[in-house]
Amino acid sequence: MRPIAAAAAIVLALAGCGEDDEKSAERPVLTVSAAASLTGAFEALKRDYTAAELRFSFAGSDELAAQIRKGVTPDVFAAANTKLPEALAKEGLVEEPMVFASNDLVLAVPADGAKVSSLDDLGRPGVKLAIGSESVPVGEYTRELLSGLGPERAKAILANVRSEEPDVTGVVGKVSQGAADAGFVYRSDADAASGRLRAISLPARLDPRVAYGAAVVKGARRRKAARTFIRSLLDGQGERALRRAGVGPPP
Amino acid sequence: MGPGTWFAALLCLSLAAVLIFLGLPVAAIFLDTSPTELIASLGQPEARDALMLSLRTTAASLALIVLVGTPAAYLLATRSFRGKAVVVTLVELPLVLPPAVAGIALLASVGPTGLLGSLTGDSLALQTAGVVVALTFVASPFYIRQAQAAFAALDRSWLDAARTLGASEAGAFVRVAVPAALPGLAAGTALALGRALGEFGATLIFAGSFQGVTQTVPLAIYARFATDFDAALALAAVLVLISAALLLAVKLVGRSSTLAGA
Repeated sequence: MRPIAAAAAIVLALAGCGEDDEKSAERPVLTVSAAASLTGAFEALKRDYTAAELRFSFAGSDELAAQIRKGVTPDVFAAANTKLPEALAKEGLVEEPMVFASNDLVLAVPADGAKVSSLDDLGRPGVKLAIGSESVPVGEYTRELLSGLGPERAKAILANVRSEEPDVTGVVGKVSQGAADAGFVYRSDADAASGRLRAISLPARLDPRVAYGAAVVKGARRRKAARTFIRSLLDGQGERALRRAGVGPPP
Repeated sequence: MGPGTWFAALLCLSLAAVLIFLGLPVAAIFLDTSPTELIASLGQPEARDALMLSLRTTAASLALIVLVGTPAAYLLATRSFRGKAVVVTLVELPLVLPPAVAGIALLASVGPTGLLGSLTGDSLALQTAGVVVALTFVASPFYIRQAQAAFAALDRSWLDAARTLGASEAGAFVRVAVPAALPGLAAGTALALGRALGEFGATLIFAGSFQGVTQTVPLAIYARFATDFDAALALAAVLVLISAALLLAVKLVGRSSTLAGA
Protein backbone atom coordinates (compact mmCIF):
# COMPACT_ATOMS: atom_id res chain seq x y z
CA MET A 1 0.00 0.00 0.00
CA ARG A 2 3.03 2.31 0.10
CA PRO A 3 2.29 4.10 -3.22
CA ILE A 4 -1.16 5.04 -1.94
CA ALA A 5 0.30 6.48 1.24
CA ALA A 6 2.78 8.44 -0.83
CA ALA A 7 0.02 9.67 -3.14
CA ALA A 8 -2.08 10.70 -0.13
CA ALA A 9 0.86 12.59 1.34
CA ILE A 10 1.34 14.46 -1.93
CA VAL A 11 -2.35 15.33 -2.15
CA LEU A 12 -2.40 16.59 1.44
CA ALA A 13 0.75 18.61 0.89
CA LEU A 14 -0.72 20.16 -2.26
CA ALA A 15 -3.92 20.97 -0.40
CA GLY A 16 -1.86 22.96 2.07
CA CYS A 17 -2.84 20.91 5.11
CA GLY A 18 0.62 21.33 6.50
CA GLU A 19 0.36 25.11 6.70
CA ASP A 20 1.83 26.66 9.80
CA ASP A 21 -0.95 28.42 11.68
CA GLU A 22 1.38 29.83 14.33
CA LYS A 23 3.45 31.73 11.87
CA SER A 24 0.48 33.27 10.08
CA ALA A 25 -0.87 34.46 13.44
CA GLU A 26 1.76 37.21 13.50
CA ARG A 27 0.34 38.86 10.39
CA PRO A 28 -3.08 37.28 9.89
CA VAL A 29 -4.43 36.59 6.43
CA LEU A 30 -7.71 38.45 6.11
CA THR A 31 -10.19 37.52 3.39
CA VAL A 32 -12.45 40.32 2.26
CA SER A 33 -15.44 39.91 -0.06
CA ALA A 34 -15.74 43.36 -1.59
CA ALA A 35 -17.93 45.18 -4.10
CA ALA A 36 -16.35 45.36 -7.57
CA SER A 37 -16.26 49.17 -7.35
CA LEU A 38 -13.81 48.92 -4.43
CA THR A 39 -11.22 47.08 -6.56
CA GLY A 40 -8.96 50.08 -7.19
CA ALA A 41 -9.02 51.39 -3.61
CA PHE A 42 -8.54 48.00 -1.96
CA GLU A 43 -5.81 46.78 -4.32
CA ALA A 44 -3.87 49.95 -3.49
CA LEU A 45 -4.53 49.43 0.21
CA LYS A 46 -3.19 45.88 0.01
CA ARG A 47 0.31 47.21 -0.64
CA ASP A 48 0.36 49.50 2.41
CA TYR A 49 -1.82 47.74 4.95
CA THR A 50 0.33 46.56 7.84
CA ALA A 51 -2.10 44.91 10.25
CA ALA A 52 -2.88 41.90 8.02
CA GLU A 53 -2.20 40.29 4.70
CA LEU A 54 -5.27 41.08 2.63
CA ARG A 55 -6.94 38.69 0.20
CA PHE A 56 -9.84 40.02 -1.82
CA SER A 57 -12.70 38.53 -3.72
CA PHE A 58 -14.26 41.23 -5.90
CA ALA A 59 -17.69 40.76 -7.50
CA GLY A 60 -21.14 42.27 -7.53
CA SER A 61 -22.21 42.80 -3.89
CA ASP A 62 -25.32 40.71 -4.54
CA GLU A 63 -23.25 37.72 -5.70
CA LEU A 64 -21.01 38.01 -2.63
CA ALA A 65 -24.06 38.18 -0.35
CA ALA A 66 -25.50 35.10 -2.06
CA GLN A 67 -22.23 33.26 -1.41
CA ILE A 68 -22.38 34.17 2.29
CA ARG A 69 -25.99 32.96 2.42
CA LYS A 70 -24.71 29.65 0.99
CA GLY A 71 -22.23 29.29 3.83
CA VAL A 72 -19.09 30.94 2.44
CA THR A 73 -17.37 32.79 5.30
CA PRO A 74 -14.95 35.52 4.32
CA ASP A 75 -13.80 37.63 7.28
CA VAL A 76 -15.26 40.90 5.98
CA PHE A 77 -18.14 41.71 3.64
CA ALA A 78 -17.89 45.19 2.08
CA ALA A 79 -20.86 46.07 -0.13
CA ALA A 80 -21.71 48.99 -2.40
CA ASN A 81 -24.92 49.54 -0.47
CA THR A 82 -26.14 49.28 3.10
CA LYS A 83 -29.18 47.17 2.22
CA LEU A 84 -27.29 43.90 1.65
CA PRO A 85 -25.13 43.96 4.83
CA GLU A 86 -28.20 45.00 6.85
CA ALA A 87 -30.22 42.14 5.37
CA LEU A 88 -27.43 39.67 6.19
CA ALA A 89 -27.21 41.07 9.74
CA LYS A 90 -30.95 40.51 10.17
CA GLU A 91 -30.48 36.93 9.01
CA GLY A 92 -27.76 36.50 11.64
CA LEU A 93 -24.99 35.98 9.08
CA VAL A 94 -22.89 39.09 9.73
CA GLU A 95 -22.31 41.39 12.71
CA GLU A 96 -23.70 44.93 12.93
CA PRO A 97 -22.68 46.71 9.69
CA MET A 98 -20.95 50.10 9.50
CA VAL A 99 -21.32 52.71 6.78
CA PHE A 100 -17.78 53.47 5.66
CA ALA A 101 -17.88 55.32 2.32
CA SER A 102 -19.96 57.08 -0.30
CA ASN A 103 -19.72 57.52 -4.05
CA ASP A 104 -21.43 59.41 -6.86
CA LEU A 105 -23.27 57.78 -9.69
CA VAL A 106 -22.15 59.32 -12.98
CA LEU A 107 -22.92 58.83 -16.64
CA ALA A 108 -19.83 57.32 -18.29
CA VAL A 109 -19.16 57.74 -22.01
CA PRO A 110 -16.10 56.81 -24.11
CA ALA A 111 -13.40 59.50 -23.86
CA ASP A 112 -13.20 59.79 -27.67
CA GLY A 113 -16.04 60.14 -30.11
CA ALA A 114 -18.86 59.89 -27.61
CA LYS A 115 -22.36 59.82 -29.07
CA VAL A 116 -23.88 60.85 -25.77
CA SER A 117 -23.20 64.14 -24.03
CA SER A 118 -26.00 64.37 -21.47
CA LEU A 119 -28.90 62.52 -19.89
CA ASP A 120 -31.16 63.96 -22.61
CA ASP A 121 -29.39 61.86 -25.29
CA LEU A 122 -29.99 58.54 -23.56
CA GLY A 123 -33.55 58.03 -24.77
CA ARG A 124 -32.74 58.67 -28.43
CA PRO A 125 -33.26 55.79 -30.84
CA GLY A 126 -30.04 53.93 -31.67
CA VAL A 127 -28.22 54.80 -28.45
CA LYS A 128 -26.86 51.66 -26.75
CA LEU A 129 -26.64 51.48 -22.98
CA ALA A 130 -24.99 49.06 -20.59
CA ILE A 131 -26.22 49.18 -16.98
CA GLY A 132 -25.93 47.03 -13.89
CA SER A 133 -28.46 44.22 -13.53
CA GLU A 134 -31.38 44.82 -11.19
CA SER A 135 -29.91 42.91 -8.26
CA VAL A 136 -26.45 44.49 -8.12
CA PRO A 137 -26.26 47.82 -6.19
CA VAL A 138 -25.07 49.87 -9.20
CA GLY A 139 -28.07 48.61 -11.18
CA GLU A 140 -30.43 49.41 -8.36
CA TYR A 141 -29.02 52.96 -7.99
CA THR A 142 -29.30 53.38 -11.76
CA ARG A 143 -32.98 52.46 -11.77
CA GLU A 144 -33.61 54.71 -8.78
CA LEU A 145 -31.96 57.60 -10.60
CA LEU A 146 -33.91 56.95 -13.78
CA SER A 147 -37.22 56.82 -11.93
CA GLY A 148 -36.48 60.39 -10.80
CA LEU A 149 -36.75 61.42 -14.46
CA GLY A 150 -40.39 60.43 -14.64
CA PRO A 151 -41.92 57.29 -16.17
CA GLU A 152 -41.84 58.48 -19.81
CA ARG A 153 -38.14 59.31 -19.92
CA ALA A 154 -37.16 56.35 -17.77
CA LYS A 155 -39.00 54.01 -20.14
CA ALA A 156 -37.36 55.47 -23.23
CA ILE A 157 -33.92 55.14 -21.63
CA LEU A 158 -34.47 51.58 -20.38
CA ALA A 159 -35.61 50.61 -23.89
CA ASN A 160 -32.07 51.44 -25.06
CA VAL A 161 -30.39 49.07 -22.62
CA ARG A 162 -28.45 46.40 -24.53
CA SER A 163 -26.68 44.70 -21.66
CA GLU A 164 -27.40 44.13 -17.99
CA GLU A 165 -24.03 43.52 -16.38
CA PRO A 166 -23.47 41.47 -13.20
CA ASP A 167 -21.21 44.16 -11.72
CA VAL A 168 -19.93 47.68 -12.37
CA THR A 169 -16.71 46.34 -13.94
CA GLY A 170 -18.79 44.95 -16.78
CA VAL A 171 -20.39 48.34 -17.43
CA VAL A 172 -16.97 50.05 -17.43
CA GLY A 173 -15.64 47.45 -19.92
CA LYS A 174 -18.56 47.73 -22.32
CA VAL A 175 -18.40 51.54 -22.46
CA SER A 176 -14.61 51.86 -22.58
CA GLN A 177 -14.51 49.36 -25.48
CA GLY A 178 -17.19 51.29 -27.34
CA ALA A 179 -19.56 48.30 -27.31
CA ALA A 180 -22.03 50.55 -25.48
CA ASP A 181 -22.41 54.30 -26.00
CA ALA A 182 -22.92 55.06 -22.31
CA GLY A 183 -23.49 53.49 -18.91
CA PHE A 184 -23.99 54.43 -15.28
CA VAL A 185 -21.00 53.77 -13.03
CA TYR A 186 -19.51 55.20 -9.83
CA ARG A 187 -17.32 58.26 -10.18
CA SER A 188 -14.31 56.38 -8.80
CA ASP A 189 -14.66 53.74 -11.56
CA ALA A 190 -14.78 56.36 -14.28
CA ASP A 191 -11.65 58.00 -12.81
CA ALA A 192 -9.85 54.65 -12.58
CA ALA A 193 -10.51 53.74 -16.24
CA SER A 194 -7.14 55.25 -17.25
CA GLY A 195 -8.51 57.99 -19.46
CA ARG A 196 -10.78 55.78 -21.54
CA LEU A 197 -13.94 57.10 -19.93
CA ARG A 198 -15.37 60.56 -19.43
CA ALA A 199 -17.68 61.05 -16.46
CA ILE A 200 -20.73 63.27 -16.89
CA SER A 201 -22.01 64.51 -13.53
CA LEU A 202 -25.71 64.23 -12.88
CA PRO A 203 -28.09 66.75 -11.28
CA ALA A 204 -27.95 66.63 -7.48
CA ARG A 205 -31.72 66.15 -7.20
CA LEU A 206 -31.36 62.75 -8.92
CA ASP A 207 -28.50 61.58 -6.67
CA PRO A 208 -29.36 58.08 -5.38
CA ARG A 209 -27.03 58.54 -2.34
CA VAL A 210 -24.57 55.71 -2.80
CA ALA A 211 -23.38 54.45 0.61
CA TYR A 212 -21.06 51.51 1.30
CA GLY A 213 -21.59 49.20 4.26
CA ALA A 214 -19.13 46.70 5.74
CA ALA A 215 -19.56 44.00 8.36
CA VAL A 216 -17.60 41.23 10.03
CA VAL A 217 -18.95 37.88 8.88
CA LYS A 218 -20.18 35.61 11.69
CA GLY A 219 -18.03 32.52 11.99
CA ALA A 220 -15.07 34.37 10.45
CA ARG A 221 -11.69 33.01 11.50
CA ARG A 222 -10.08 36.42 12.06
CA ARG A 223 -12.78 38.44 13.78
CA LYS A 224 -10.39 40.78 15.60
CA ALA A 225 -8.35 41.53 12.50
CA ALA A 226 -11.61 41.99 10.58
CA ARG A 227 -12.81 44.64 13.05
CA THR A 228 -9.46 46.41 12.84
CA PHE A 229 -9.74 46.42 9.04
CA ILE A 230 -13.23 47.95 9.06
CA ARG A 231 -12.10 50.60 11.57
CA SER A 232 -9.21 51.52 9.30
CA LEU A 233 -11.69 52.19 6.50
CA LEU A 234 -13.14 54.98 8.65
CA ASP A 235 -9.93 56.35 10.06
CA GLY A 236 -6.51 55.11 9.02
CA GLN A 237 -4.75 53.45 6.10
CA GLY A 238 -8.01 52.20 4.64
CA GLU A 239 -9.61 55.62 4.75
CA ARG A 240 -6.64 57.20 2.96
CA ALA A 241 -6.66 54.53 0.23
CA LEU A 242 -10.37 55.07 -0.36
CA ARG A 243 -10.00 58.87 -0.66
CA ARG A 244 -7.01 58.50 -3.02
CA ALA A 245 -9.11 56.22 -5.24
CA GLY A 246 -11.88 58.82 -5.36
CA VAL A 247 -14.28 57.00 -3.02
CA GLY A 248 -15.96 59.55 -0.73
CA PRO A 249 -16.34 59.69 3.07
CA PRO A 250 -19.46 58.19 4.65
CA PRO A 251 -22.50 60.42 4.13
CA MET B 1 -1.62 -9.01 -0.75
CA GLY B 2 0.08 -9.87 -4.03
CA PRO B 3 1.64 -7.23 -6.23
CA GLY B 4 -1.25 -7.48 -8.72
CA THR B 5 -4.07 -7.04 -6.26
CA TRP B 6 -2.85 -3.77 -4.75
CA PHE B 7 -2.59 -2.33 -8.22
CA ALA B 8 -6.13 -3.40 -9.06
CA ALA B 9 -7.28 -1.88 -5.76
CA LEU B 10 -5.46 1.35 -6.61
CA LEU B 11 -7.21 1.50 -9.98
CA CYS B 12 -10.61 0.94 -8.36
CA LEU B 13 -9.95 3.54 -5.68
CA SER B 14 -8.87 6.09 -8.28
CA LEU B 15 -11.99 5.54 -10.34
CA ALA B 16 -14.16 5.76 -7.24
CA ALA B 17 -12.50 9.06 -6.30
CA VAL B 18 -13.06 10.40 -9.83
CA LEU B 19 -16.71 9.33 -9.81
CA ILE B 20 -17.43 10.89 -6.42
CA PHE B 21 -15.60 14.11 -7.25
CA LEU B 22 -17.28 14.56 -10.63
CA GLY B 23 -20.64 13.05 -9.81
CA LEU B 24 -21.42 14.63 -6.46
CA PRO B 25 -21.88 18.25 -7.62
CA VAL B 26 -24.06 17.11 -10.53
CA ALA B 27 -26.08 14.87 -8.24
CA ALA B 28 -26.53 17.79 -5.81
CA ILE B 29 -28.15 19.86 -8.56
CA PHE B 30 -30.84 17.23 -8.97
CA LEU B 31 -31.22 16.32 -5.31
CA ASP B 32 -31.86 20.00 -4.49
CA THR B 33 -34.37 20.47 -7.30
CA SER B 34 -37.80 18.90 -7.26
CA PRO B 35 -39.37 17.98 -10.61
CA THR B 36 -42.10 20.57 -9.99
CA GLU B 37 -39.48 23.31 -9.50
CA LEU B 38 -37.80 22.15 -12.67
CA ILE B 39 -40.99 22.46 -14.69
CA ALA B 40 -41.95 25.73 -12.98
CA SER B 41 -38.59 27.22 -13.91
CA LEU B 42 -39.27 26.40 -17.54
CA GLY B 43 -42.52 28.34 -17.29
CA GLN B 44 -40.67 31.59 -16.61
CA PRO B 45 -40.19 33.72 -19.73
CA GLU B 46 -36.56 34.57 -18.80
CA ALA B 47 -35.71 30.88 -18.63
CA ARG B 48 -37.50 30.05 -21.88
CA ASP B 49 -35.84 32.94 -23.68
CA ALA B 50 -32.44 31.84 -22.39
CA LEU B 51 -33.01 28.23 -23.47
CA MET B 52 -34.19 29.16 -26.96
CA LEU B 53 -31.28 31.55 -27.37
CA SER B 54 -28.76 28.94 -26.19
CA LEU B 55 -30.12 26.33 -28.59
CA ARG B 56 -30.24 28.76 -31.54
CA THR B 57 -26.77 30.19 -31.04
CA THR B 58 -25.22 26.79 -30.34
CA ALA B 59 -26.81 25.32 -33.48
CA ALA B 60 -25.59 28.24 -35.59
CA SER B 61 -22.05 28.03 -34.25
CA LEU B 62 -21.91 24.23 -34.67
CA ALA B 63 -23.05 24.58 -38.29
CA LEU B 64 -20.25 27.08 -38.92
CA ILE B 65 -17.68 24.94 -37.13
CA VAL B 66 -18.55 21.73 -39.00
CA LEU B 67 -18.91 23.40 -42.39
CA VAL B 68 -15.58 25.23 -42.29
CA GLY B 69 -13.75 23.08 -39.77
CA THR B 70 -14.13 19.74 -41.56
CA PRO B 71 -12.24 20.67 -44.76
CA ALA B 72 -9.69 22.64 -42.71
CA ALA B 73 -9.08 19.61 -40.50
CA TYR B 74 -8.81 17.40 -43.62
CA LEU B 75 -6.09 19.65 -44.99
CA LEU B 76 -4.18 19.53 -41.71
CA ALA B 77 -4.50 15.74 -41.60
CA THR B 78 -3.51 14.96 -45.18
CA ARG B 79 -0.90 17.57 -46.12
CA SER B 80 2.44 18.49 -44.69
CA PHE B 81 3.80 21.96 -45.23
CA ARG B 82 6.27 24.34 -43.67
CA GLY B 83 5.05 25.93 -40.49
CA LYS B 84 2.32 23.35 -40.00
CA ALA B 85 3.17 22.98 -36.31
CA VAL B 86 2.65 26.73 -35.88
CA VAL B 87 -0.69 26.59 -37.70
CA VAL B 88 -1.90 23.67 -35.58
CA THR B 89 -0.83 25.46 -32.40
CA LEU B 90 -2.71 28.59 -33.48
CA VAL B 91 -5.85 26.56 -34.17
CA GLU B 92 -5.60 24.89 -30.78
CA LEU B 93 -4.77 28.05 -28.83
CA PRO B 94 -8.36 28.91 -27.82
CA LEU B 95 -8.38 25.58 -25.91
CA VAL B 96 -5.99 27.00 -23.35
CA LEU B 97 -7.23 30.60 -23.34
CA PRO B 98 -9.30 31.53 -20.31
CA PRO B 99 -12.80 32.45 -21.57
CA ALA B 100 -12.41 36.00 -20.26
CA VAL B 101 -9.29 36.37 -22.39
CA ALA B 102 -11.25 35.10 -25.39
CA GLY B 103 -13.91 37.75 -24.73
CA ILE B 104 -11.37 40.54 -24.46
CA ALA B 105 -9.56 39.29 -27.57
CA LEU B 106 -12.83 39.34 -29.51
CA LEU B 107 -13.55 42.91 -28.34
CA ALA B 108 -10.03 43.94 -29.35
CA SER B 109 -10.37 42.36 -32.81
CA VAL B 110 -14.00 42.54 -33.96
CA GLY B 111 -15.46 44.91 -31.34
CA PRO B 112 -16.56 48.43 -32.36
CA THR B 113 -13.15 49.94 -31.51
CA GLY B 114 -11.16 46.78 -32.34
CA LEU B 115 -8.69 46.02 -35.15
CA LEU B 116 -11.47 45.34 -37.65
CA GLY B 117 -13.84 47.74 -35.93
CA SER B 118 -14.28 49.80 -39.09
CA LEU B 119 -15.63 46.67 -40.84
CA THR B 120 -17.66 45.08 -38.08
CA GLY B 121 -18.88 48.30 -36.44
CA ASP B 122 -21.42 47.41 -33.80
CA SER B 123 -22.89 44.45 -35.67
CA LEU B 124 -21.42 41.88 -33.25
CA ALA B 125 -20.80 43.26 -29.75
CA LEU B 126 -23.95 43.12 -27.60
CA GLN B 127 -25.79 41.30 -30.42
CA THR B 128 -26.95 37.72 -30.89
CA ALA B 129 -24.44 37.38 -33.76
CA GLY B 130 -21.75 38.23 -31.21
CA VAL B 131 -22.83 35.26 -29.07
CA VAL B 132 -22.42 32.99 -32.12
CA VAL B 133 -18.94 34.42 -32.74
CA ALA B 134 -17.93 33.87 -29.10
CA LEU B 135 -19.23 30.29 -29.09
CA THR B 136 -17.54 29.52 -32.40
CA PHE B 137 -14.23 30.94 -31.20
CA VAL B 138 -14.07 28.88 -28.03
CA ALA B 139 -15.65 25.67 -29.36
CA SER B 140 -14.12 25.18 -32.81
CA PRO B 141 -10.70 23.87 -31.66
CA PHE B 142 -12.48 21.01 -29.89
CA TYR B 143 -14.00 19.92 -33.20
CA ILE B 144 -11.04 20.60 -35.47
CA ARG B 145 -8.59 18.74 -33.24
CA GLN B 146 -10.79 15.67 -33.11
CA ALA B 147 -11.60 15.82 -36.83
CA GLN B 148 -7.92 16.14 -37.72
CA ALA B 149 -7.11 13.07 -35.62
CA ALA B 150 -10.00 11.13 -37.21
CA PHE B 151 -8.84 11.96 -40.75
CA ALA B 152 -5.21 11.20 -39.90
CA ALA B 153 -6.18 7.76 -38.59
CA LEU B 154 -7.86 6.78 -41.88
CA ASP B 155 -6.22 4.11 -43.97
CA ARG B 156 -4.64 6.06 -46.81
CA SER B 157 -5.01 3.11 -49.16
CA TRP B 158 -8.81 3.60 -49.17
CA LEU B 159 -8.42 7.14 -50.38
CA ASP B 160 -5.82 6.08 -52.94
CA ALA B 161 -8.14 3.29 -54.15
CA ALA B 162 -10.96 5.78 -54.58
CA ARG B 163 -8.63 8.01 -56.59
CA THR B 164 -7.50 5.06 -58.74
CA LEU B 165 -11.13 4.26 -59.43
CA GLY B 166 -11.49 7.73 -60.89
CA ALA B 167 -12.81 9.78 -58.01
CA SER B 168 -11.60 13.38 -57.81
CA GLU B 169 -9.98 14.44 -54.53
CA ALA B 170 -13.19 16.24 -53.63
CA GLY B 171 -15.14 13.09 -54.42
CA ALA B 172 -12.84 10.95 -52.28
CA PHE B 173 -13.21 13.47 -49.42
CA VAL B 174 -17.01 13.50 -49.54
CA ARG B 175 -17.70 9.83 -50.33
CA VAL B 176 -14.84 8.05 -48.58
CA ALA B 177 -13.02 10.17 -46.01
CA VAL B 178 -15.99 11.86 -44.32
CA PRO B 179 -18.12 8.70 -43.94
CA ALA B 180 -15.15 6.70 -42.66
CA ALA B 181 -14.18 9.42 -40.18
CA LEU B 182 -17.77 9.99 -39.03
CA PRO B 183 -17.40 8.50 -35.53
CA GLY B 184 -14.47 10.82 -34.85
CA LEU B 185 -16.31 13.79 -36.38
CA ALA B 186 -19.34 13.01 -34.21
CA ALA B 187 -17.17 12.85 -31.09
CA GLY B 188 -15.65 16.22 -32.02
CA THR B 189 -19.10 17.67 -32.57
CA ALA B 190 -20.17 16.43 -29.15
CA LEU B 191 -17.20 18.12 -27.48
CA ALA B 192 -17.74 21.39 -29.35
CA LEU B 193 -21.44 21.24 -28.51
CA GLY B 194 -20.76 20.82 -24.82
CA ARG B 195 -18.28 23.68 -24.80
CA ALA B 196 -20.63 25.98 -26.74
CA LEU B 197 -23.68 25.26 -24.57
CA GLY B 198 -21.73 25.93 -21.40
CA GLU B 199 -19.90 29.05 -22.64
CA PHE B 200 -20.00 31.90 -20.14
CA GLY B 201 -17.04 34.26 -19.88
CA ALA B 202 -16.38 35.11 -23.51
CA THR B 203 -20.09 35.65 -24.11
CA LEU B 204 -20.48 37.93 -21.08
CA ILE B 205 -17.47 40.08 -21.98
CA PHE B 206 -18.01 40.27 -25.74
CA ALA B 207 -21.76 39.99 -26.17
CA GLY B 208 -23.03 41.19 -22.79
CA SER B 209 -26.14 39.88 -21.07
CA PHE B 210 -29.62 40.82 -22.18
CA GLN B 211 -32.74 38.69 -22.05
CA GLY B 212 -33.69 37.21 -25.40
CA VAL B 213 -30.71 38.79 -27.21
CA THR B 214 -27.47 37.71 -25.56
CA GLN B 215 -28.44 36.10 -22.25
CA THR B 216 -27.78 32.40 -22.81
CA VAL B 217 -28.60 29.78 -20.16
CA PRO B 218 -25.25 30.01 -18.30
CA LEU B 219 -25.60 33.81 -18.11
CA ALA B 220 -29.21 33.50 -16.94
CA ILE B 221 -28.08 31.08 -14.24
CA TYR B 222 -25.43 33.55 -13.06
CA ALA B 223 -27.92 36.43 -13.12
CA ARG B 224 -30.30 34.48 -10.88
CA PHE B 225 -27.70 33.07 -8.53
CA ALA B 226 -27.76 36.20 -6.37
CA THR B 227 -31.51 36.70 -6.23
CA ASP B 228 -33.08 33.27 -6.53
CA PHE B 229 -30.75 30.36 -5.84
CA ASP B 230 -33.46 27.73 -6.31
CA ALA B 231 -34.41 29.09 -9.72
CA ALA B 232 -30.72 29.15 -10.69
CA LEU B 233 -30.42 25.53 -9.58
CA ALA B 234 -33.52 24.48 -11.52
CA LEU B 235 -32.24 26.13 -14.68
CA ALA B 236 -28.88 24.45 -14.11
CA ALA B 237 -30.67 21.09 -13.92
CA VAL B 238 -32.39 21.81 -17.23
CA LEU B 239 -29.05 22.69 -18.84
CA VAL B 240 -27.45 19.48 -17.54
CA LEU B 241 -30.34 17.38 -18.89
CA ILE B 242 -30.25 19.02 -22.31
CA SER B 243 -26.46 18.77 -22.56
CA ALA B 244 -26.55 15.11 -21.53
CA ALA B 245 -29.31 14.32 -24.05
CA LEU B 246 -27.50 16.08 -26.90
CA LEU B 247 -24.21 14.44 -25.98
CA LEU B 248 -25.86 11.04 -25.99
CA ALA B 249 -27.62 11.71 -29.30
CA VAL B 250 -24.37 12.73 -31.00
CA LYS B 251 -22.59 9.67 -29.62
CA LEU B 252 -25.38 7.39 -30.89
CA VAL B 253 -25.13 8.97 -34.34
CA GLY B 254 -21.41 8.29 -34.30
CA ARG B 255 -21.91 4.68 -33.23
CA SER B 256 -24.70 3.85 -35.71
CA SER B 257 -22.58 5.24 -38.54
CA THR B 258 -19.72 2.95 -37.51
CA LEU B 259 -22.06 -0.02 -37.59
CA ALA B 260 -23.50 1.00 -40.93
CA GLY B 261 -20.01 1.44 -42.32
CA ALA B 262 -18.85 -1.96 -41.07
